Amino acid sequence: MMGEEAEILPLSALQHFLYCPRQCALIHIEKVWEENRFTAEGRILHTRVDSGDSGKRGQVSEDRAVPIRSQRLGLYGVADVLEMRPGPDGKSIPFPVEYKRGSPKIEPWDRAQLCAQAICMEEMLDVEIPEGAIFYGTPRRREKVVFNQELRELVQINCQQMHELMKNGVTPQAEYGQRCRGCSLVRACMPKLGKKQKVETYLLKGLQE
Amino acid sequence: MKKLLNTLYITSQGSYLSKDGECVVVKSAEGQKKRFPVHVLDGVVCFGNVLCSPFLMGHCAEKGLSLSFLTERGRYLAAVHGPQSGNVLLRREQYRQADDPDAAARVARGVVAGKVANSRAVLRRCLRDYSDRVDVERVQGAVGVLDGCARRLRSPVSLDEIRGLEGLAANTYFGVFDELVLSKEQAFGFNGRVRRPPLDNVNCLLSFVYTLLAHDVRSALEAVGLDPQVGFLHRDRPGRPGLALDMMEEFRSFLADRLVLSLINRGEVETKGFTKKESGAVFMDDNTRKTVLTAWQKRKTDEVTHPFLSEKIPLGLAFHVQARLLARYLRKDLEGYPPFFWK
Ligand code: SF4
Repeated sequence: MMGEEAEILPLSALQHFLYCPRQCALIHIEKVWEENRFTAEGRILHTRVDSGDSGKRGQVSEDRAVPIRSQRLGLYGVADVLEMRPGPDGKSIPFPVEYKRGSPKIEPWDRAQLCAQAICMEEMLDVEIPEGAIFYGTPRRREKVVFNQELRELVQINCQQMHELMKNGVTPQAEYGQRCRGCSLVRACMPKLGKKQKVETYLLKGLQE
Repeated sequence: MKKLLNTLYITSQGSYLSKDGECVVVKSAEGQKKRFPVHVLDGVVCFGNVLCSPFLMGHCAEKGLSLSFLTERGRYLAAVHGPQSGNVLLRREQYRQADDPDAAARVARGVVAGKVANSRAVLRRCLRDYSDRVDVERVQGAVGVLDGCARRLRSPVSLDEIRGLEGLAANTYFGVFDELVLSKEQAFGFNGRVRRPPLDNVNCLLSFVYTLLAHDVRSALEAVGLDPQVGFLHRDRPGRPGLALDMMEEFRSFLADRLVLSLINRGEVETKGFTKKESGAVFMDDNTRKTVLTAWQKRKTDEVTHPFLSEKIPLGLAFHVQARLLARYLRKDLEGYPPFFWK
């Protein structure tokens, strides 16, 4: 089923899913959209690379805002920057670069996202892509990402689970945790609701004389 | 949930609204221009003959800004919606539950519980603050009847009975509403709620404030992806915003009615601001309308603690919170719909 036109999902959904499956469902099933400071900043950072320009720096040619997709993952999207680097046998090797606001993450979200991009490109160009990089806004620096087996499996499994979730169309219950603090949907999600008093108790209290 | 932003009310006839970059440009009939950045707005409400460029309409739709057109006197005409409006799964769930009398009764019970408790709270507040100026016995009597309604609602009730209780609560409350009008001016006498058209000044004010409330509630429902037409308490009727009417029940007394009362009781609206037409229908003039709009805007910025969430929010966000809670209930994140209880 994966990869069929109707089932294909944007790459960003995978990142949402990795962060929190409920967030993914709120955005991609319930169509909740929240613009806050973080997403706005992310957008500004992106307008720079979204211009679709390409250029050449020495041996490395650079393409920006490259549309990509993968049948196998059932994903489509746009890669920020695709560098083509000269390989040992003269053929050039794609090297994806993603721009992120904020600082490098311990969790594998950003790396998995980049790896998914690489898998898309591998499928489209029929090449192997061993590594890429993430450019972080604070501090401004590049982190190399190696697309090893472990990371590829993480992407594969999460894609599968995400498609499962989308097919069922049921938003998972919230689990309040640390990540909720940095979540742009926290107000729409109301993750603490589960811990609130029972609605019936509340209703009875409100109706008291 | 969004931040509480401003609603731009355009009441000057012949104004033209257009988009310039990220701004709404309002050009008056006399040619004066004013600019408002889009990001500080959550809606634009146009009264009467106000024109609007398609690009501004598109921009509002894209940014999730509500853009509505009402007649000069506040009757709803139309609103602009973008291509990506709403969430079909949530709406389906709303329709399913609205079609099922038991499921509908569960939501309706919450809504009417809010209405009854809040109407009662308004009457009690009046007894507490003005026991020397009101007919205590009369108002007490009404509180007693509302107590009875509240008692009935403490256990599950059928949809028909809930509708009956809603009617009883409304009649009882409006039956003593004249006591709450403290102004000794004849012009602000009140003999019960009359709509379409309002035949006295108080009803004229009430109708107008209800329009503002309806607009805000409707936008909030749309923003969370619910269909404002399909209600639980209010039966479907073509052109009637059933769900918006449902959700307004919680807010009418403590928000809309008290606003009207304070405008009258503090003398912020005057008799000369109203005119009576041949037919007996009463209209307010431009200045009075502006006074009401300003008071409404200001009231929405007052901070309250949301009774269920125990979070401080500006009152104007309460519609959004309630819409969100209803959506979360329909989505089964909550085991009931918690209305907004005013304390
Ligand atoms: S607030 Fe928490 S539970 Fe809700 S979507 Fe965000 S991270 Fe997930």
